[in-house]
Amino acid sequence: MDRKIYLDNAATTKTRPEVVEAMLPYFTELYGNPSSVYEFATQNKKAVDEARGIIARALGADISEIYFTGSGTEADNWALKAVADAYASKGNHIITSKIEHHAILHTCEYLEKHGVEVSYIDVDENGILKLDQLEKAIRPTTVLISVMFANNEIGTLQPIKEIGEIAKKHNILFHTDAVQAFGQLPIDVNELGIDMLSASAHKLNGPKGIGFLYIRKGVKIRSFVHGGAQERQRRAGTENVPGIVGFGKAVELALATMQERAEKEIKLRNLLMKRILEEIPFVRVNGDKVRRLPNNANFSFQFIEGESLLIMLDMNNICASSGSACTSGSLDPSHVLLAIGLPHEIAHGSLRLTVSDEITEEEIHYTVDKIKEIVEKLRKMSPLYEDFMKKR
Amino acid sequence: MYTEKVMDHFTNPRNVGEIENASGVGTVGNAKCGDIMRIYLDIDDSGVIKDVKFKTFGCGAAVATSSMATELVKGKTVNEALQVTNKAVMEALDGLPPVKVHCSLLAEEAIHAALWDYAEKKGIKIEGLEKPKSDIHEGEESEEY
Repeated sequence: MDRKIYLDNAATTKTRPEVVEAMLPYFTELYGNPSSVYEFATQNKKAVDEARGIIARALGADISEIYFTGSGTEADNWALKAVADAYASKGNHIITSKIEHHAILHTCEYLEKHGVEVSYIDVDENGILKLDQLEKAIRPTTVLISVMFANNEIGTLQPIKEIGEIAKKHNILFHTDAVQAFGQLPIDVNELGIDMLSASAHKLNGPKGIGFLYIRKGVKIRSFVHGGAQERQRRAGTENVPGIVGFGKAVELALATMQERAEKEIKLRNLLMKRILEEIPFVRVNGDKVRRLPNNANFSFQFIEGESLLIMLDMNNICASSGSACTSGSLDPSHVLLAIGLPHEIAHGSLRLTVSDEITEEEIHYTVDKIKEIVEKLRKMSPLYEDFMKKR
Repeated sequence: MYTEKVMDHFTNPRNVGEIENASGVGTVGNAKCGDIMRIYLDIDDSGVIKDVKFKTFGCGAAVATSSMATELVKGKTVNEALQVTNKAVMEALDGLPPVKVHCSLLAEEAIHAALWDYAEKKGIKIEGLEKPKSDIHEGEESEEY
């Protein structure tokens, strides 16, 4: 197949042409600074507020509760660091999960070096947070629970509503990293008891370099970037107007097509899983079968290593990702796969494929055919496979 | 990320397979870290490596270094094979990304482990050959970030 088959939509997505079109005037004709007083620039302030309104409505939030950031990672950093700071007089304890994105985990590690105590809650074999362990971990000094909405590697959805209820019962703030879920699933911050939420535009066919943090009214939070009066003085810096406009457009489109997209993606994803499980031996699906993002499939192929698989897929124009050590730049495979209880050698053989609604069934069939060939080739050169077959 | 030579040896690896009743077999690395290499040597009475095969579980660089290492020792005497260093393997591949240098160490170690096994089976001592570590990553510490 000559054309590229992009199956890494959890990494990033294609910016929709409508989004690019909405952004373009804000690079060229409408380049004014929203903080300026003249009419020419106030149009831009209006455009920023419109986008903020679209996002607020998408979450059931108020427009004054949305703060734009440069990325989902920045929003995560802000939420954790600012709560630890603003609530230091109440306590110094944060609870999170073992399968968070590094934007949360590495921020927690940083905070631990500065006197904050962090409890990392286990997940079950499907990646679902252990709620009883969460509740037991709560202390009088706990100021924040931060649990991701959906996992970026295995796609597992967390029991967000239940976590929100636990947080509320104990009068603790609840933050969720919804980078993978926002725009893919309906989210209502009031219904789910969410006090803070991070998201990013480029995961839902918006531009890169723009994210936001939702902060419920009444939550004490420190300014993250000091300077001008932008973002209610909490995140200074001239607004990324084209990015914000693009984000608004992307959210509008994502909401309008949500159900239709999810249905199509689930169908493609299930076809992919069905064929792989039926046609390739010694493979497992990672993550929950039902409580899972519509577009996510994650497999572990025994006896082979993920990076080899990725390179060979790339040579066949297929873009995918893996949780193997070699793709992380360290010697350890994905912390998520280890947290769901996979042994190291099985975690090294993982493959994540995340579909989009632009993928065709034909492309799925082609991909499975290639995976079959490659897995067979790599197993033929694997000493682990040789040992396994000799023992049988 | 990889040189053309690495890609060539990864996609068309030389000498993949097993040798029955091999003169020496060496397996190094561990599955925990994501690479295991096994080298089979067929050595004749005059101490020349007539044939060599390998099997590797690992990344593209691990496969390519195994393949290149087998090419470099094939037809050599035991003493010549002992001189094939990880540096030689890397040079023959036109270099490796820094994070993959340990793969070339593993290839050198696998050859040494197979030679050690051969020496043990024959009851001989090969000058300059030390007992290989069973785990190449022993003592290696994780990086701070």
